[in-house]
Parts: sequence; structure tokens; C-alpha cells
Amino acid sequence: MKLIETFRNPEHVKKIVDSIHSIVDTKKEYKIMEVCGTHTMSIARFGIREILPQNVKLVSGPGCPVCVIPQGEIDAIFSLIEQYDVTVATFGDLMKVPGSKGETLLSYKANGASIKIIFSPLDVVTLSREMTNPVVFIGIGFETTAPAIAALGKKIIEKDFNDIFIFPYNKTMPEVLKLLLLDKNLNIDGFICPGHVSVVTGESIYTPIVKAGKAAVIGGFEPVDILISIFEIIKQVNSEMFNVKNLYKRAVKNCGNIAALRLIDDVFETVDSAWRGIGIVKKSGLAFKGIYERLNVFNNFSISVGDYIEKPGCKCGDVLKGYISPSVCPLMGNGCTPEKPYGPCMVSSEGACSAYYKYNMSV
Amino acid sequence: MDIITLSMGSGGKSSSDFVEDMILKNIGNDILNNLTDSAYIHIDGETAYTTDSFVVQPEFFPGGNIGDLAVYGTCNDLAVSGAKPLYLSLSLVIPEGYQIDTLGVIISSIGKTSKDIGVQVVCGDTKVVERESLKGIIINTSGIGRVVKKLNDYKKIKIGDAVIFTSDIARHGMAILLARGDLKFNGNIQSDSCHLYNIFDEIGYKGIEFARDATRGGVAAVLNEISAKCDLGFLLKEKNIVIKKDVKYLCEMLGFDPFSVANEGVAVMIVSKEHAEEILHLLKQCDEGENASIVGEVVEKKGVALNTLYGGTRNVDIPAGILLPRIC
Amino acid sequence: MCLGIPGKIVNMEEFSATVDIAGTTREVSTMMLADEVSVGDYVLIHVGFAIAKMDEEEAAKTLELILEYSDEIN
Repeated sequence: MKLIETFRNPEHVKKIVDSIHSIVDTKKEYKIMEVCGTHTMSIARFGIREILPQNVKLVSGPGCPVCVIPQGEIDAIFSLIEQYDVTVATFGDLMKVPGSKGETLLSYKANGASIKIIFSPLDVVTLSREMTNPVVFIGIGFETTAPAIAALGKKIIEKDFNDIFIFPYNKTMPEVLKLLLLDKNLNIDGFICPGHVSVVTGESIYTPIVKAGKAAVIGGFEPVDILISIFEIIKQVNSEMFNVKNLYKRAVKNCGNIAALRLIDDVFETVDSAWRGIGIVKKSGLAFKGIYERLNVFNNFSISVGDYIEKPGCKCGDVLKGYISPSVCPLMGNGCTPEKPYGPCMVSSEGACSAYYKYNMSV
Repeated sequence: MDIITLSMGSGGKSSSDFVEDMILKNIGNDILNNLTDSAYIHIDGETAYTTDSFVVQPEFFPGGNIGDLAVYGTCNDLAVSGAKPLYLSLSLVIPEGYQIDTLGVIISSIGKTSKDIGVQVVCGDTKVVERESLKGIIINTSGIGRVVKKLNDYKKIKIGDAVIFTSDIARHGMAILLARGDLKFNGNIQSDSCHLYNIFDEIGYKGIEFARDATRGGVAAVLNEISAKCDLGFLLKEKNIVIKKDVKYLCEMLGFDPFSVANEGVAVMIVSKEHAEEILHLLKQCDEGENASIVGEVVEKKGVALNTLYGGTRNVDIPAGILLPRIC
Repeated sequence: MCLGIPGKIVNMEEFSATVDIAGTTREVSTMMLADEVSVGDYVLIHVGFAIAKMDEEEAAKTLELILEYSDEIN
């Protein structure tokens, strides 16, 4: 696995860390946001924060697809299970996400509900042929996962199956990035842009970032990738010359993956979407369109998304927007733990709070 | 008759035929063959006693089956407690309709494995339940061993002691995952299920202060549990952790932390610093210990921390529960 | 928000391929990569789809950046 191992090589890492230490302006504080939850996990797992200069601060962003699903949308899943005889197919990430009453897919499974974990959306089709009841798939993720779910949609329509439905919970990045850029409280100097979203979208979605006078670097997920991205951001901030830089060229083409974008475009349209902890973000959700509308679970079952009210004292909104670090939330480890999460950032395995709790709590 | 029926567990002629034809034929010995309500056994010295139930699905997996696992698993608990495993009880709960041939392979495996390692099954029980109430077979084995050196005294753990994993980690859990087939991966990962007592038999106990078997929850669970009980902590070195390549990358693909994945052939040993290198050297000469490694040391700060390859330190948290594959 | 690791294509059908990830294999969909890939290529796998062909030349160039960045400073 040279493609991974060379980007984890400690000697390479040391060189780039030394370079970072050499170019930082000690009189400045650099605030860098990693948007993507997988970056958050990598940074925590590889211990990146600790080897950076003190004045380089990494802040986690809202790129955690499970964290940003509104409570009402989660509750709709449980509503469906309560009322109808269905099989729910899901990625493993959602199994422990609590509903308003504390219930989870795991607890429903224990109580006899038909809930299956799948690896690929296409497995939903095979699964549905084995089930006697309708199968409902929970579609989550950003642009990386959306094409795969679109492919599932296409297959269902192609084969004219009428017993597979999808919760349309996918979201997209560009508008939420713009929101972060407009936020006067935020003051981010540069963004480590999500490497795998970029595989699909290409680099053009990050142009608004550099237009706003901030750095945008597309980075991969290994330690070398993250560190060269940080170096490049610091370099751009120092020179005050900003351009979108693709440092994950082994996977990301500047134009993205046209076939994947076409899949999304065939099946989905962009709509306004509620992001938990942030609120409604215009044109940031994907809804089924045209002949694919019939796949939407809400068009086929009497369930709806309730109003969402943030739990009192929950600071996830501030964490998702990068205002505060998980470490300063008063509920961290004290009323909010991975086993009993109070808010969404602890719920997802790649939420900023979950990553902090798992990798940094007692160190 | 090719399937198990309720009458085979109900104590009448069907039951005794079943016991004769299936159990005694494969596992029989002087004590068990008596078929009385209790076995009389005599042990010189202090006794260690443990129990475990085995419910693994699928029942057959690369590297073993539920039968040999039921023998090794319980004997390993005795071995890491510093005891020589001697006797086992064997309790079977079988759903009606279970294929007799399949059961035969499992029982034969129990017989062969216990014979190979010099352990006797001296008592047992069989129950058959209605097919709706159980999906697969449940096996419970209790084990008795003769204590050679006590290895479960938390007060023996001192700052500066070395921590050894006797093998590479995360193999068993990933072998089972592949065998289940739900996620549609194929591969050659074999369970590491083995007889850990062989290690102690070969290398002795000198310098070994404490030991535990790292099964469900992986090495992360065991180390965090020990830390909580002994009020000290562990500092591990990432570069010293041994993981087979296919295991490592399957974990990466699914978002699993190898520290939290189950093992069946890994003993976590806490050994005195002066003896660590010598113990490691001896371990590597055993089949069961060829991938042994000194992975870290006991420190004052509670919890389990890991020195990464890059000079930083991060936590090794206690696993939250079942492992779930991630896309994020 | 996207776990994805490279796998080597060891077998190909029209819209799918068998990939080898350090000894474990799986069938993945190649519908997003059209005619771009063949046996022996590495692809990035996410949720059972090959979403990018890995470019080993670009990988080497990215590693060269480490030296480039170091030289820039000195």
C-alpha cells in the first residue's frame, strides 16, 4: 500500500513539520479550518496538533454528515419504523444516533426491528430482493457519497422496483462554505478543503474562499497530506496571495469527476436544507427530482420532519461553525459522552467532539 | 435422523443415545464416560476457575470453529491467570433442527482440541430448545486449572514495567467479519485462536507480573480496564504495535480502530523491565508468540496513551461498544 | 466525511471490478470511471464505488513538494 504508506512516512513528516516551524511568523496566529470530519479524525488520530507550532490553530468545521442532520430528520426515521413494517438499510455511522426520546437504530434492532448495515448503496438492491417488506435506505453524506446514492436511484428506476425508498438526507458543501466566509465571528485564515468531496466536485467550488482573501488547499488524509496543506496555507497567508491549490492530485482532478457530477445532476436538484446547529442553509441539500421523486420516502409514507429545537446548553452549533473547540464545551465528558451523547458532534464517530473525546480527553 | 430434535435434550433414550454416539465418541475419557451427575477431580495446589460462553456466528470461520474456540478461549483465561488448564465442563444449547453432521464436526473439534492440549472434558450437559428461540448453537465451557504463578494481582503492576502483546492484533474480529459476508468483502484473514498456555509452558513465568487475554473490545478494552483497577496508566509506542497488512487495511477501509477489534490469541503481559527483552526473545521462539512485541510501559498517568509515529501522543480510548463500519 | 482508500484492480467486468486492498478483495462499481481504468490500476474506493483513478506519478510529485518546501526556506 505504497500510496498510503509513503504519505505516513515519519521522515517525510518530520521534514514538513520542520518547514512549517521555519515559515510561521511567530507574531501571528494562524487559524486553519479543516472542513471535513474525516480530516478531523485523521488530525486527532495521527496527533497532528501536537507537532505544529503553538500559534497554528486547527479548527474543525461542519463537514460531518451525521452531525448536521437535524433531530427532526432523525426522528422521522424512528417514526417510520414505529408505524410501518419496513427494513431499514443504513451505513453503520447512523446506528447509534439518538432520537429525541433517546432511542437508536441499535435499540430498535434489539427490539426486533429489521435494520441492516450495508457498505455500498448498491447492496440495498440485493438486500431488497431478500426481504419481504419494503426496504428504506438512509441516504447521507456530502458530494463524495451523493453519486453512489444517485446510482442506487438510477438502478431502482431502471429495474422498476417499487419497494425501495430513500431518506434524502444528502447535503452539499459550497453554500455552507460561503456562510462560514461571511461569518464575522469566525476569522479563519485558510481552509483544508475536503479531499474526497473534491474528487467529485473538482476545485471550482473553492473559488469563493480565495476571493474572500483566504487560503483554500485541497488536501488528502494522510499526515503528509495534512501537513503540506497546512504549510501551503501558511505560505499563502504570509504572502497574502491566495489561489486554490490542489495538493491531492493523485486522486483529485481539477475538473472533478464528470461522470459522478452527471449522476448527481440526473437524479437530484439542489434545495434549501436545515443543518443541525447552523440553521437553514440555502441550496445546500439534495432532493430527488423528476422520475426519481417517487423514491423519496416522504412521498410514500405518512411521516414528516418535526420542528427542531436545540437542546438547552448544547454547544454543537458553536463547534460545527468553528467558534469553539470541543475541549471548552462544559458538557464534554460531563453529561455528553459517546455512550450518552447530548448533541450531534458527539454522536457521529467523526464529529469533532467524538474525535476529541476518543483521542484527546485524558492526554 | 439428520437433525437434532427436542427429544435429544429431554433426558430419555434419545438423549442418552445422543450422548453416547456424539459426545462420548468424540470427547470421552475415564471421568466423562462414567456419566454420573458430578465428576470427582483432585488438584494439588491452588485452583483457578473460569467460565465463558461462545455464541460466535458464523460457527465456522477461517482459523477455527465455535468448538475449538470454546476450548481455547476458556483455557486461555486460565493460562493468562498463571494456571495450567486441566479440566473443562461442556454445556451445549442447541436449537432443534440443527444439522447433526455440523454438530458432529464441532464436537469432534472439541474432542481433538482438548486432547491435543492435554485437557479433559469431565462433565457436561445438553439442552435442545425450540427452533424459534435460538438461531445457532451456544456453548459454555467452564475451566479448572492448577495455579503455577498468580498473575492477576493489580498491586504487582509498577511504574516502569514493560507491556508485551504476545501476537499481532485485530485478526480474530476481522476474520469473523469476513466470514459473515454481510459487507461483501473476501479475504484470507485467519482467526488467531490458539492455546496460550503453550507460551507459558515454554518460557516460564519469570519476570511476568500480570497478564490478561485481550478478547472482545481488543487490547484497548483490556488496557483501559487494567488501568482503572490498578490506578496507573500505559504509554504505548505506535511503531511497536504489530498488525498484519490485510487486517490493518481492512480496518482502515471500514473505519475500525484495530485496538478495539477482538483477538483470540493475544495475551497482554505486564513484565518487569529487567526481564522484558529476555521474555520477548523467548516468546518469539514459540509458534504462538512469533509476532510478540514490547509495545510500551506502565506510567503514572492513568489511562492509555499512544506515542504516535510522529512524536505526538494521543489517547487509546475504551471502545464504546460494538464496532460499526463507517463511511465517514 | 469520506473514508476512502486505494485498491488495485485485479479483475474487470463492464461496470464493475474486483479490487484488492492489501489482500482483501471486493467487487466495486466502476461506473464513475468509464473507460479510464484497467487491470493493475489503483482506484480510490468509497462506499463500494471506485471514484478516482489513483495517479502514481502525481503521488511522487506531491512527495517532491516536501523537498521543494524545504528548499524554499533554505
